[in-house]
Amino acid sequence: MKGVLLMKRRRDKGGGPVLAPGRAVWLKGLVALTILVLHAPIVVMMVFSFNNSRRNVVWRGFTTKYYEQAFNDPALLEALINSLTIAVISTFLSLIIGALAALMLWRFRFPGKGAFEGAMALPLVVPDICMGVAMMVFFASIGWPSHLPWPLSLSNIIAAHVAFSFPFVAVVVRARLAHFNREWEEAARDLGASEWRILMDILLPFLKPALIAGALLAFTLSLDDFVVTFFTSGPETVTLPVKIYSMVRFSVTPKVNAASTILILLTVVATLIATRLQRPEETARAEMAAQGGGQG
Amino acid sequence: MHASAREDAPRAVVSLRGIRRRFGRVTAVDGIDLDIREGEFFALLGPSGCGKTTLLRIIAGLERPDAGRIFIDGADMTTTAPNHRPVNMVFQSYALFPHMTVAENVAYGLRLEGLARAVIAERVREALALVRLEGLEDRRPDALSGGQRQRVALARALVKRPRVLLLDEPLSALDARLREEMRLELSALQMRLGLTFVLVTHDQDEALSMADRIAVMRNGRIEQLDEPEGLYERPRNRFVAEFIGKINFFDSILEEVDEEGLRVVLPGVGPLSLPVRCLVTERKAADLALGDALTLAIRPEKIRISRAGDHADADSDLFGGQDKADVRLTGRIAEWAYYGGISHMIVEATLPQSGEVRRISVVFQNAAKETVEAFDIGDAVVLSWPASAMIVLTS
Ligand SMILES: Nc1ncnc2c1ncn2[C@@H]1O[C@H](COP(=O)(O)OP(=O)(O)O)[C@@H](O)[C@H]1O
Ligand SMILES: [Mg+2]
Repeated sequence: MKGVLLMKRRRDKGGGPVLAPGRAVWLKGLVALTILVLHAPIVVMMVFSFNNSRRNVVWRGFTTKYYEQAFNDPALLEALINSLTIAVISTFLSLIIGALAALMLWRFRFPGKGAFEGAMALPLVVPDICMGVAMMVFFASIGWPSHLPWPLSLSNIIAAHVAFSFPFVAVVVRARLAHFNREWEEAARDLGASEWRILMDILLPFLKPALIAGALLAFTLSLDDFVVTFFTSGPETVTLPVKIYSMVRFSVTPKVNAASTILILLTVVATLIATRLQRPEETARAEMAAQGGGQG
Repeated sequence: MHASAREDAPRAVVSLRGIRRRFGRVTAVDGIDLDIREGEFFALLGPSGCGKTTLLRIIAGLERPDAGRIFIDGADMTTTAPNHRPVNMVFQSYALFPHMTVAENVAYGLRLEGLARAVIAERVREALALVRLEGLEDRRPDALSGGQRQRVALARALVKRPRVLLLDEPLSALDARLREEMRLELSALQMRLGLTFVLVTHDQDEALSMADRIAVMRNGRIEQLDEPEGLYERPRNRFVAEFIGKINFFDSILEEVDEEGLRVVLPGVGPLSLPVRCLVTERKAADLALGDALTLAIRPEKIRISRAGDHADADSDLFGGQDKADVRLTGRIAEWAYYGGISHMIVEATLPQSGEVRRISVVFQNAAKETVEAFDIGDAVVLSWPASAMIVLTS
């Protein structure tokens, strides 16, 4: 839910703390406990990825050799490239499908709209394992070709990822659309804008934060998905989470920690990029001005 | 039909013919014929929900009428999309684009026209100067005050150089002081530009002070279309009389009528003679029959109030000896709202013949300090006015 948090933070800006912690010791304690439970394992895992020992339990000194090993492991590298490819393509598709679905539900009334909306929200609540099994059965039953050249070999995984991540995009975009003032649209039309110009000049800029948040959601959902991917991937296509899982089954080495740390870093980088893109437009305009352009 | 409509109103910028619009069971606009003249400041005035906004949106093209035709500059634009009509609108909520700066908001309509960058910049500068917003070009709408937003909305519409500027309750979101200021400014702007303005408002003061002509609307129809003083002094029916300003009504019976005037009986007061010019409805004197029920009305500021006891010489000084105080009632001040320049009083007056007590609204000019201090709630006073100051309504 990182993307949703991002949107929230922007809206709260300037409002000050909602709950002033003050002297609420229990609240501070709760926060500390949460941080400990949530973040301590991650920190430990990251730290031990630099541990100079094959047995991941006692600290034996600092080394980066497991990162070298990880990047020199062709299987791991292939899994990483697969993961990124799948994440980028499925994010792109989810963004388009999700945004269009949200726009359609916002703009039009049609028979079966309620049912459609409910069905679309289904992937949000259906357990991953069921999604995974369903996808596996589905692809098997329609006889999806399994020995395609790369990157077509990723197509079924991408399709599965789009299926579970576009509803997240749709929900986020829909929430933002609820705050769209229809008078902006009318004002634009009154000033001479066609439907197309209204979409490009008014609606999309308004939706930008939601689109970024939705893309981030889709990207991270895809990048770290294990269950659905595990069921849909053929024997030859491996993604990073699936690869890490198979490594862990063998033995938990610092190399596994290194690979996991890379996965986390990728997510963090994606989040940072999204945050930057979402920064108030003042910065964006200052940058445009610096590049010598006037108005956009 | 088109040709005849054009001949009907050669100087009309906007002509509406038989405009009708329903929303489900609600008829928002119910058959409106209207000609808005070149260069005038026109106001649509009426209570909330009477269809003013709908009518304005129909002119802008944001709403399609179910029936009727719209002509702009003589051309039938009934089915023309809003982006192809030479009119622009200032929305009630201003509807400024939140992701654009002030300058970008104002420039947007020109960018859509595909004008050269330099031309746009020049016209934006001009428009912002016109509404006195220089220096705020790079602000965003959410960093502006209500009055400034209003000016941006105005500049954004004006910069397009429309044939008609449509304004939907443009001042309703401003505080009282600013509203007063903007009223004067809007009038001045309209005069300077010589542009046709169509203003929608539910505020009679706003319409009276700014507009050249006012259409008073009720339930999707125009009740009366006139200049401000015509509406105030010669309202055509009770609704208009009551909606524009304060007024006192008296039911009465027609006793005699000829070309010179009418003679009516005011129950509880007695017979009165009125000149025929007091009859302000469409019904002419000749249409009236003896025994008809009429409504007599008097505006609060046309009633003279004096202390009981010193009214003996009241007639001559107030009415210049031309008219007599034909109606004279005694009563007590029941309520008094002091506005500084004027006082608004409610006097409980006793009708001389029936003894019935009527609450009568009186506006009193606070011309001299002493006179204000001379009155108090509960004081016995005399109200008087000449019959010719009254108006006669038939409905
Ligand atoms: N889009 C709409 N859908 C349904 N009813 C509407 C719509 N627009 C206006 N109405 C109804 O039409 C009537 C006139 O509305 P409006 O023109 O906004 O009045 P005004 O501007 O004079 O307050 C009202 O009863 C209103 O509820
Ligand atoms: Mg309105």
